[in-house]
Amino acid sequence: MTEVSMSVNGRKTSGAVEDRTLLSHFLRETLGLTGTHVGCDTSQCGACTIHMDGRSVKSCSILAVQADGSEILTIEGLAEGDTLHPVQAAFKEHHGLQCGFCTPGMIMAATDMIRRHPDGLTEATVREELEGNICRCTGYHNIVKAILAAAEAMGDGRARAA
Amino acid sequence: MYEVNYHRAGSLEEALKLLKDADDGKLISGGQTLIPAMKTRLAAPSDLVDLRHIAELRGISVSGRTVTIGAGTTHAEVASNADIEKICPALCHLANLIGDPHVRHMGTIGGSLANNDPAADYPAAMLAMSATILTNAREIVAEDFFTGLFETALEEDEIITAVRFDAPAKAGYAKFPNPASRYAMTGVFVVQDGGAVRAAVTGAGDDGVFRSAEVEEALAKDFSPAALDGINVPADALMTDIHASAAYRAGLIVAMAKRAVVMANG
Repeated sequence: MTEVSMSVNGRKTSGAVEDRTLLSHFLRETLGLTGTHVGCDTSQCGACTIHMDGRSVKSCSILAVQADGSEILTIEGLAEGDTLHPVQAAFKEHHGLQCGFCTPGMIMAATDMIRRHPDGLTEATVREELEGNICRCTGYHNIVKAILAAAEAMGDGRARAA
Repeated sequence: MYEVNYHRAGSLEEALKLLKDADDGKLISGGQTLIPAMKTRLAAPSDLVDLRHIAELRGISVSGRTVTIGAGTTHAEVASNADIEKICPALCHLANLIGDPHVRHMGTIGGSLANNDPAADYPAAMLAMSATILTNAREIVAEDFFTGLFETALEEDEIITAVRFDAPAKAGYAKFPNPASRYAMTGVFVVQDGGAVRAAVTGAGDDGVFRSAEVEEALAKDFSPAALDGINVPADALMTDIHASAAYRAGLIVAMAKRAVVMANG
């Protein structure tokens, strides 16, 4: 067993893991953060998407030991108290989920996507950027709508703050 | 996944030592191919030596038209590099077609080249641009580096440190991705530089990446998509699998080469 420690949603955490333990497994089983879902387990579906050191990654394709010392953000770390993150709020407002299984990964992918496109997003870009996240309900239309709305809202926020 | 012992290397020397000391060690960087392969037990190394934290393997430098990319540079970093975009946008375009955004945040150019998947994108670019692959021990030209399916000229104790190439006057890349994996069912990287034309094909060859003599010959006469009309690319050394037959891939080579030329001509 190897002791790993990382910052998860702003809190220092640590745990003993086998070297072969996947980061998704560590988050879910050791830390109890079950918001990160494991869908396909073949690194295609994106339900396990989280942020590591500020970038979206698939936590089922990374070992917990590889993430030792890093900063992790999961779906549980997005909201501020009772206030949903703008992307979460947009998914709620625009009905960007059906069964909800892919939603944590979609939202983590969306927040990263919005970060990387500070000048705004187009529908085509959003659809292209979502290629690593699969929705089995095929509810893409409202997911795209929600991401575009969130990007717009967050862009406005930045403009006001500036 | 079978049990494995993980080691994080802080320097190239340390990585070489860890690799040498391991029973059946493997190098890992982004791990976007290796970890899935280990999960399905297609790979079962005794030890993993992590190169991701070795600073000397990271970074991109552009001097004139010479581009050097550290082996540990991620696909996302190549895709979004403004200096490469200026002189060789085709490479940024290629990097941006690998996997998906999350995979591109982890996967590295060195890992892709060392693995030499017959359907990976980077090998086509390296071969078409006559890139040089730098290792801890020597420099290997792309022609000599890719030796077969998942096979390279790398020795057991050799680590890729960087790749270097001169940006050609014109370059373009087009691929027909597998709809599920995004790997190339056929991808063609074309280059025109001075009088020379080179076209490298990935995803289609029975023995991995190769240069298409037929495409190069046609484009040497006239570097335009029309020059490829009606050319005959033989299917005998091409791959047949559940996704496409060799004959279909032969057709894709011509179609992708045309698109790549359109891109190269801007």
